Amino acid sequence: MTPKLERILTRVQKPARYTGGEYNEIVKDLSAVDLRVAFCFPDTYEIGMSNLGLQILYGAINEDPGMWCERCFAPWGDMEDELRREKIPLYALESGDPIGDFDAIAFSLGYEMAYTSVLNMLDLAGVPVRRADRTALTPLVFAGGTSCVNPEPMADFIDLFVLGEGEELDLEVLRLLRRAKGEGWTKSRFLRAAADIEGVYVPSLYEPEYNGDGTLRGVTALDGAPKTVTKRIIEDLDSAYYPSRAIVPSTEIVHDRVVLELFRGCVRGCRFCQAGFVYRPVRRHSTEFLLEKAKSLLQSSGYEEITLSSLSTSDFKGLPELTDGLLEWCEPRKISLSLPSLRADNFSMGLMERVQRVRKSGLTFAPEAGSQRLRDVINKNVTEEALMNSCRIAFEGGWNTLKLYFMLGLPTETDEDVLAIAELAERVLHCWRQYAANKARGVRITVSTSMFVPKPHTPFQWEAQVSVEEYLRRVKLLREAINSRSITYNWHAPDVSLIEAALSRGDRRLGAVIENVWRDGGKLDSWSDYFSFERWMGAFEKAGLDPDFYAARVRGDGELFPWDVIDVGVRKAYLARERRAAYEGVITPDCRVKCMGCGANCLLERRACDE
Amino acid sequence: MSRILFKKEGRAKFISHLDLMRTMQRVFIRSGIEIKHTEGFNPHPYMNFAMPLPVGTESRCELMDFVLLGGAQAREVPARLNASMPEGIRVLDCWDEKRKFKDIKWLDMEARLFYDNKVSPTQALRDLYSGEHIVIEKRTKRGSAQVDIAALHGGLEITEAEDGAVLIAARLPVQEPALSPAQLISAIEQLRPDLRPDFAAYRRVEVRDSELRPFR
Repeated sequence: MTPKLERILTRVQKPARYTGGEYNEIVKDLSAVDLRVAFCFPDTYEIGMSNLGLQILYGAINEDPGMWCERCFAPWGDMEDELRREKIPLYALESGDPIGDFDAIAFSLGYEMAYTSVLNMLDLAGVPVRRADRTALTPLVFAGGTSCVNPEPMADFIDLFVLGEGEELDLEVLRLLRRAKGEGWTKSRFLRAAADIEGVYVPSLYEPEYNGDGTLRGVTALDGAPKTVTKRIIEDLDSAYYPSRAIVPSTEIVHDRVVLELFRGCVRGCRFCQAGFVYRPVRRHSTEFLLEKAKSLLQSSGYEEITLSSLSTSDFKGLPELTDGLLEWCEPRKISLSLPSLRADNFSMGLMERVQRVRKSGLTFAPEAGSQRLRDVINKNVTEEALMNSCRIAFEGGWNTLKLYFMLGLPTETDEDVLAIAELAERVLHCWRQYAANKARGVRITVSTSMFVPKPHTPFQWEAQVSVEEYLRRVKLLREAINSRSITYNWHAPDVSLIEAALSRGDRRLGAVIENVWRDGGKLDSWSDYFSFERWMGAFEKAGLDPDFYAARVRGDGELFPWDVIDVGVRKAYLARERRAAYEGVITPDCRVKCMGCGANCLLERRACDE
Repeated sequence: MSRILFKKEGRAKFISHLDLMRTMQRVFIRSGIEIKHTEGFNPHPYMNFAMPLPVGTESRCELMDFVLLGGAQAREVPARLNASMPEGIRVLDCWDEKRKFKDIKWLDMEARLFYDNKVSPTQALRDLYSGEHIVIEKRTKRGSAQVDIAALHGGLEITEAEDGAVLIAARLPVQEPALSPAQLISAIEQLRPDLRPDFAAYRRVEVRDSELRPFR
């Protein structure tokens, strides 16, 4: 550590997040390294280090003896000010070396509100933010992650996108880069060659054209690049890289525990849920694999908590065997097990008891909509009866805090649907009165609503988001309908959701908006400390664009979308069918009841979906 | 009761006391050394630190107590813990101990003062700290009080290091009336603001009992 940095660190908040040196970090001998990679997470250390994808890909890239993948996170404002004042370029935690000197800078883009931080981190690294201004082969700036299923808003800044799962794909790209570097290729030669790797989208090889009304007229693939880019998946999860050791932060992070990924994809098909569609097809780890990894991760980290991660944990086949096996090992060692993403419908007594045996945590259910009608529209196939049954089991089991999550502004939502949220919360309270094991301790029911954000590659990708004013009207309606003192109502700020909606279904022209926001001081936009609605509105205006065009416009049936160039497996025709079913209030059974032919199984070559 | 002597240096000096406790807890688990947990609703490993170390201060004399279970011997503890430590924290020794931390009376510390754009005022600082009375304002929880640091410290030496930094080595009382390294250095700010360094780095060197013996 340089003396200059050492001084800075004595002045900033939580300096341990900027030092590296954590247990299990990977340090390599530079003389044996021929490719240096900075894995950048455009949010704080505490958020980024909680990201399972980072832990997986960090380990996977470092499996290659010649590659050294290091970590880099967005500094908080106080640290950024110090770095800029002292002219210290953004550095990687392991070596302390400036990432601008690395061969590749890889960004994990999980959510749209992190976009401005990408620009800020590049700038802090002394790297031009626009790809057109980076003419040399290295540093190559590439990105992957969920929000890249619509790469267009970031297309001006990123040299190439890796779509889908990165365990194999990232390494293929990096090996090609190693070769290109060794043979002295130009950047354009490298990018053209990279575009032939399945799952790679090179924005410079695609030229969008727009109609007079601002919609997309067409996209031309240049130089023989593929017309659409199909995301990559790992067909056999057990055979792909999964870490046995996790970096253990020396300071507290958001998810400070071992994370065990059970399966990818989801059998449910909730129509609002992007993850539920873009991570298909469903593939699982074997129970033996998971038990083995859990033990080695716990032993090598010293964590006292393990959490099971997936889109819908209770849909994991063999969950009882897995939890029994884990508890057998965890209980004598005082390690607690937590099970997020449980569904309210099959939340069983046995499962609850298993979680409870070591430590009791809070319970959260996400009915998403208050009325059965609207739950059918969004295909959230939770019946009120099942929810009440789960609540009863929980209250009888001694739980006395319960969180209920809902969205406002879902397609076809009426005031009756909004008021049904209050009624549902009242019935949950009534259920507690009837069945609580210990009434003396009281009960706390928290209702939270957020503004619905229509996302690409979902059946609601054609839908308009409600306006901020309309969302707030519905909030007020709901607030006035909740009268019990045992029920707390929180609502998320709608202005962030509006910007998120504009970005998530945006086109390439939004690059100017993102850059305007960043030049105006924008960064860390998922933090209310930094997010400024006025700054975003000003940036749209300056770019001559209207956020409502992206967020609040119903798309025509035949409209070409900016993200149509990306094939996530699920077909557009299937999404359109699901949308029609939504309007008819017809539910779609989960994949295990009946395969509805979404198309994602075509990504599998050797095995069947959900096998 | 078992006690370890450990150092915390380099990058690890930025790990806060709370985070150090978490780190130690995990290090024990990783090393497979079982230690006693507290009783109660939310059991956690029993660990007692002699004196919490401020963030940014290095030390080579930190002490921590715990109770070994499962037949582990004190002599095997340092190597096993060190194999699981993050960079910068190293256990130097482990032994069985009954003496209480309240018997620690003195802390030997070093402060390195850096002056960026001028020659180090080593002699001026010697003059300042050799005064018969060095009265400073000491802020406490109850308000502020005037204290004479000349009467409190147990020896003080000022030299110039090879890199030009001024090195102040001092023996400071750790019990009321205590004097912290930062308070010692605050005399410069308060009495000779013109000699204020651009940066001060602190390190704990040794803890001693009332007989001035290293506290072991």
